Amino acid sequence: MITLKELTNKEDLFVSGHGLCPGCGIPIILKLVLRATEYPIVISNATGCLQIASTKFPATSWKLNWIHSSLGNAASTISGIETMYRVLKKKGKLQTDTEIKFLAIVGDGGTNDIGLSSLSGAIERGHDFVYLCYDNQSYANSGGQRSSASPIGTSTSTTPTGKVLPGKLQYRKDITKIIVAHKLPYVAQTAPWNWEDLYTKAKKAFDIEGPAYLNVLNPCPKKWGIPSNKSIELTRIAADTCVWPLYEIEAGKNINVNYKPENKLPVTEWLKSQNRFKHLLNIENRWIVDEIQDEVDQNWKWLLKQEKRGINN
Amino acid sequence: MEVIDGNSAIAEAIKQIGPDVVISYPQIPSISILESIASFIANGEMDSEFLNVDSDYSAMSACIGVAASGGRAFTATASQGLALMHETLFIASSLRLPIVMGITNRALAAPINFNADHSDSMAQRDSGWIQIFSENSQEAYDNIIQAFKIAENKEVRTPVMVGIDSTFNFNVHENVYVQTNDEILEFENKPDSNYSILDIENPKTVGSFCTPDYFFEHKINQNKGIESSRKIIKDVGREFGDRFNRYYGYFETYKLEDAEFAVILMSSAAGIAKKAIDAMRKKGEKVGLLKLRVFRPFPYKELRESLSNLKSIAVLDRVLTPGTYGGPLFIETMAALYGLEKRPLVYPYIYGLGGRDIMLKHIEDTFDDIKKSFNNEKSNFEIKYINLRE
Repeated sequence: MITLKELTNKEDLFVSGHGLCPGCGIPIILKLVLRATEYPIVISNATGCLQIASTKFPATSWKLNWIHSSLGNAASTISGIETMYRVLKKKGKLQTDTEIKFLAIVGDGGTNDIGLSSLSGAIERGHDFVYLCYDNQSYANSGGQRSSASPIGTSTSTTPTGKVLPGKLQYRKDITKIIVAHKLPYVAQTAPWNWEDLYTKAKKAFDIEGPAYLNVLNPCPKKWGIPSNKSIELTRIAADTCVWPLYEIEAGKNINVNYKPENKLPVTEWLKSQNRFKHLLNIENRWIVDEIQDEVDQNWKWLLKQEKRGINN
Repeated sequence: MEVIDGNSAIAEAIKQIGPDVVISYPQIPSISILESIASFIANGEMDSEFLNVDSDYSAMSACIGVAASGGRAFTATASQGLALMHETLFIASSLRLPIVMGITNRALAAPINFNADHSDSMAQRDSGWIQIFSENSQEAYDNIIQAFKIAENKEVRTPVMVGIDSTFNFNVHENVYVQTNDEILEFENKPDSNYSILDIENPKTVGSFCTPDYFFEHKINQNKGIESSRKIIKDVGREFGDRFNRYYGYFETYKLEDAEFAVILMSSAAGIAKKAIDAMRKKGEKVGLLKLRVFRPFPYKELRESLSNLKSIAVLDRVLTPGTYGGPLFIETMAALYGLEKRPLVYPYIYGLGGRDIMLKHIEDTFDDIKKSFNNEKSNFEIKYINLRE
């Protein structure tokens, strides 16, 4: 296993000067992911915080080949690039001898909502690429609107809490499980508090042939209402409460739950840590907390059960 | 010589050009272009990669990926599919990616319809693409061959869409001269693209975020590409003619030189217009036709030269753009002619929506109409609808 020191000694391909917020998880996630392969990477980045903050013309934070087309088509864009790579390789016209890796980077809005068809199609066609979703559970770049990844009860700018409404009324879409249904070679869910887990999964995703999907919980200090110096460690509470379990599914069959908290905390520990949820602790919203706890418990039980039996049994 | 329909003519051209990647999503009736290509590949007649994608939106997005990697990308669509691509069309042209797309021009819903009109392409007229329209199968074949050479020209680097009217419900097979593969390869003479995001030695950031400080200049730079195409379209059309004896420019004129009255239109209706003109010429009428081939870039200077001596002109648009004074072809023609000191009277007509027939007598009636208007018997500049039930 690689050490942190060894990791730090690797070249940074995403460099400073970008405008991402203090405490944003993206640069930390990205630095781990970009270090997880020795091969050159070509990136297709959807519209969003990362794209806007890293490429303010004429500057760029990217020391590799990077393209942005739009919000909903990063996966279909990378499928065109990866296909062209195969064409050039077949014809012997590639300008380099080395293998190239392909990475799509998209937020939860571009993944769960407007880009779902593009993502699903690219996985179904079996392109050899890694899809990285940085999931901050809202449309953060456009001001923190509800996405289908926002959990029930979240106060967002389009599902605000008010005198009669308690925030978002619907459950979040479990995108990881939707992706698992494509029976692709590799799917993983991870979070930046556990750098080793994140790095290892990114490495597996790059090494495996065919499509691989990584769903990474990305803390957003601004929209979550958390102190920027606590954002990374806060994602650990998501794992300790089992709100955001770390797991992976290989070859559409074997499921590994990579972190099992010794002392599973109640979801209120997660909810009380963020302004977007704090209204849920009021007595009249108790039913929402109960529903969240119930959903989290069921999902956790399911994961542990499937780990023993295999995902398809 | 082969006897084929327009979609097969486009597929034949693509087989000979052999783009690196062909991207497919089903739309009626453009899908038969892609089905033919899929079958060529399945039978080993061409070796392009073929991608079946999840939507037209993804189709154009994948074209962007291929072209940004230095590859030749082709796709085909129609109507709703083209409308769904709308956002990505602007991205393709702004990133200066030389994609070529076949369009079987078909009405936009609602109500849903599978037949010819130009509402799909006309809704994309500000997308930054070069737009070429074809009258028949031969022109569709020839235009696709020329499209790659225009799009990939270093000064141009702008995507091209080639339209042919939907022949859904019809079975229009025509004689088409198909050149040999060697002739096409020699004409194409594709330079290896030196611009690619697969060039890992030279990392590029493509598709940046841009503030007001630079945005305006970016757009003006982009516009230089399509402006440069004015010359290249002519050069390529002339070279094509020198090689294959079929010459192309921005438009075709038919008996226009000494004409007093003219009709302007695009695509398949030119056939019937020529017949009507022949019939009227026999009766001594000085009538002619201008069939526009290149709508973008709009050849305003050349139109001025060709049209200035006419008494009056009927501009026939095969699209209804609600709330405007005439269709896009009328509006652009009017704008082009306005600068002339002495200019013809120009009248707006709408015809053929959703595949509605236009027949000999409709063209003749239109000529009579603008003649009467010119002679001031009943001057009426309001929009008229051809072959519309009262």
